[in-house]
Amino acid sequence: MGNLEATRPFPDSEEMEISFGPQHPATHGVLRVMVRVDGEKIVDAKPIIGYLHRGTEKIFERETYNGTIPHTDRMDYTAAATNNQALVGAVERMMGVTVPPRAAYIRMILAELQRIASHTIWLGTHALDIGAQTPFFYTFQERETILDLYEEYCGARLTLNCMRVGGQPFDLPEGWTGRCGAFVDQLPARIAEWERLLTNNRIWKLRTIGVGVISAANAIEWGLTGPPLRGSGVKWDIRKVFPYDRYDEVDFEIPIGANGDTYDRYLVRMEEMRQSVRIIKQCLAKLPDGPVMAKVPKVIKPPKGEFYFSVEGPKGELGFYAVSDGTTNPYRLHVRPACFINLQALPELVRGHLIADMVAVIGTLDIVLGEIDR
Amino acid sequence: MNEQQNVPPQPPEAPKPPWEEKPVPPEPRDAREHEQVREIAAIVPDAVLEAVEFAGQVTVTVARERILDVCRACKEKLEYKFLVDLTAVDWLERPEGRFDVVYWLHRFSDSRRLRLKVRVADGVEVPSVTGVWKVANWMEREAFDMFGIYFADHPNLERILTWEGFSGHPLRKDFPIEGIDTGAAIYPDVYPPGGGPVAGGEGE
Amino acid sequence: MGNPWIAFLVVPLVKIVVILLVVILMAAYLSYFERKILAYMQIRIGPNRVGPRGWLQPIADALKLFVKEDIIPSRAEKFVYIVAPALITAPALVVFSVIPFGADTTFFGLLKQPIPPYLTDINIGILFILGVSSVGVYGVILGGWASNNKFSLMGGLRSAAQLVSYEVPMGFSVIAVLLMAGSLSMVKFVEAQKQAGVWFIFPGIVAFFIYFVCGIAETNRNPFDLPEAESELVAGFHTEYSGMKWAFYFLAEYANMVVISSVATVLVLGGWLRPFPNVAALAFLDVIPPFIWFAAKVGFFLFCYIWFRGTFPRYRFDQLMALGWKVLLPVSLANLLVVALGVLLMGGAR
Repeated sequence: MGNLEATRPFPDSEEMEISFGPQHPATHGVLRVMVRVDGEKIVDAKPIIGYLHRGTEKIFERETYNGTIPHTDRMDYTAAATNNQALVGAVERMMGVTVPPRAAYIRMILAELQRIASHTIWLGTHALDIGAQTPFFYTFQERETILDLYEEYCGARLTLNCMRVGGQPFDLPEGWTGRCGAFVDQLPARIAEWERLLTNNRIWKLRTIGVGVISAANAIEWGLTGPPLRGSGVKWDIRKVFPYDRYDEVDFEIPIGANGDTYDRYLVRMEEMRQSVRIIKQCLAKLPDGPVMAKVPKVIKPPKGEFYFSVEGPKGELGFYAVSDGTTNPYRLHVRPACFINLQALPELVRGHLIADMVAVIGTLDIVLGEIDR
Repeated sequence: MNEQQNVPPQPPEAPKPPWEEKPVPPEPRDAREHEQVREIAAIVPDAVLEAVEFAGQVTVTVARERILDVCRACKEKLEYKFLVDLTAVDWLERPEGRFDVVYWLHRFSDSRRLRLKVRVADGVEVPSVTGVWKVANWMEREAFDMFGIYFADHPNLERILTWEGFSGHPLRKDFPIEGIDTGAAIYPDVYPPGGGPVAGGEGE
Repeated sequence: MGNPWIAFLVVPLVKIVVILLVVILMAAYLSYFERKILAYMQIRIGPNRVGPRGWLQPIADALKLFVKEDIIPSRAEKFVYIVAPALITAPALVVFSVIPFGADTTFFGLLKQPIPPYLTDINIGILFILGVSSVGVYGVILGGWASNNKFSLMGGLRSAAQLVSYEVPMGFSVIAVLLMAGSLSMVKFVEAQKQAGVWFIFPGIVAFFIYFVCGIAETNRNPFDLPEAESELVAGFHTEYSGMKWAFYFLAEYANMVVISSVATVLVLGGWLRPFPNVAALAFLDVIPPFIWFAAKVGFFLFCYIWFRGTFPRYRFDQLMALGWKVLLPVSLANLLVVALGVLLMGGAR
């Protein structure tokens, strides 16, 4: 009994401090949250990050512009294509390069596939956190097909390195569009299947409705982007606000929630997957012929200046702030990581809830520690 | 170049599509007369030191003492409700202050973005904007961790990505890319000062 | 058979050994079936490496657990830490002594006179089961506390609250069935259903549901698996346990699942009886021996357990408590009143 007493950090209160992570099944990597609990109720939570810090931004400064692309793959490793897209977009705009339409369409297909892949991981792990095991395997089966498509296109499944400054490194392989079309044709039925398991499930609703609520004004104040912001009812999507590639030529909706709780964010992401299917279908139908690479100099050398470019990643606004001094290496290449900033709101979202809710909230923020820690 | 065979042959007089041309890089332009800059100048006079437009993005350099006023005015009067990004850049040998602290604001009403910039010398405190936008908290902590820029009145200015007790600020230009001796700082009882393992070294 | 010692000592001993072996093997193979069934529900294959179709997987697992290093955390309360797994396993095994697996049988003519294939039939059988099995909660609480791990402690606290809360509606639902049977003896339950000519599930459908829901909560299974909720408490009360001590927790969990299923079978599904035991037209079903009927019914419940695990998310702690106290308890009380009234109007218990 004596040693139990000694470990109580607040001897005068009933509160207990729990180190939730960095090795914990529900922290999606190496997130550590110091939680002060009263019974099971969270008094305060303090995320501690950096366990996966690799100095990516320092490494960027040593690489050439095209050489940084593989490093972006390793940030949000569940969404390499959108990371590539954000980086090459920034450099292209600094250099004044216009990407050939075919390349832009290929990028959109890859990015939307990536969004679906990222959301399938999110759904599987989020459901697993809340105790439903089966969706995990269903979603990973679909993700597998996406990874196969990627493998066929660029040879990699996870760290794609599939875009270059000025366009795409390869044209689509023979028959790829057909296989991709077949996949997106059957996907809505799969999504409906996952929804049958969860959307109207009483326990699922009990666990997610009213949990981790954040109002629209508060969400903006905390800088949330992506599904967490849209779940609070803010119609905000970089693809619509600052259309890049050829997003202005395709038709899609921005799903928004009403209450800003975990359930709404869940519904938003489910709908986003359907919208991605819609975009991919249009892209495949419109895919123009032509080159996939613009005429860019052999040595990528943007002029002196600074540029911020962001894309709508699966997790939120993913931006690259590039500062060039006119040489072949970026002088400074800063990432605006969506997960990092979304995670910051965690204490706000979980205060007063139970431990089990924190697991649900971490799941609903859809964080990837590779991007948070870089 | 297989891809290019798919291009339908074009009549020679037709203008080439932009992706066939040599890219024309954007030029920086003075933006003192830009609408977004004028708005700020109208509300906070004498704060704008310099304004540049590059590739459609406006950068306003602001005096360090005035940054908090400018940020507050931007948020409350000009509706830049959303701080998208906050970071720093190290210009090692610049005489008027080594670091740029860069703020990247967004306003929802007309979807415009604005970059604010402050020049600071090493060791000089910058007023924290956590009181204006809550989101700045972790961003400022990251800038502190990576560059060693101190933010005055920050509620919790701790290291965020590296660990407590790490010596140095990795994104400074004079921080060696192969790392520094960190072992001595972490395990002072094991290694003598300066005698720990060197990050990026060969190991035992 | 002349020697009374044989009847007094040897026969029960043999029965004990057989029941223990069967239960332990059942627990092991239940884990195999759980993995297999879950795998097929989740478009996987499941264990298929050890032996044909993975049939030897549980044996391999057991061997592995035997030889695994047994770690006791340095700051654990050693004595309690060691005793706790036994505290949960022993009651789980003891209750099998009063569960009637079948009618008196000669084991296909092996014996001269039929003997009951269960260990004993005491006149307070169901009370004995409820009483003894609730001792198991000490194993969970003490194991969680003695580990000196905060996650374990919370797991232990959760399970203490959960087990105590769900025992109440469970008890009331059992009383409702008990009124119909008019006895506390497990064998009498089955005989009463034979006399009535109908399984008690038809008059006792509400009681059955309450009992089964509480049963799932008592065994800490999904969707009530909060004490060991992996994504919240790592592994709850047995986070720090390893090797054979962990295996005991595991054994107890599966044995408890079999107990709950067996008791449900006896109470409302007619134990070893075939469907509609008094309808002569169905007499051809008697070809199937009684304990196969029993096993089939238990198997159905066990499948339900696994099925739920493949389907449901997990409740939150406060929701679990609300369900127990605000829904199940009032419903079970109301059900008890209705059943009591019904029994009174039908002429009282036999």
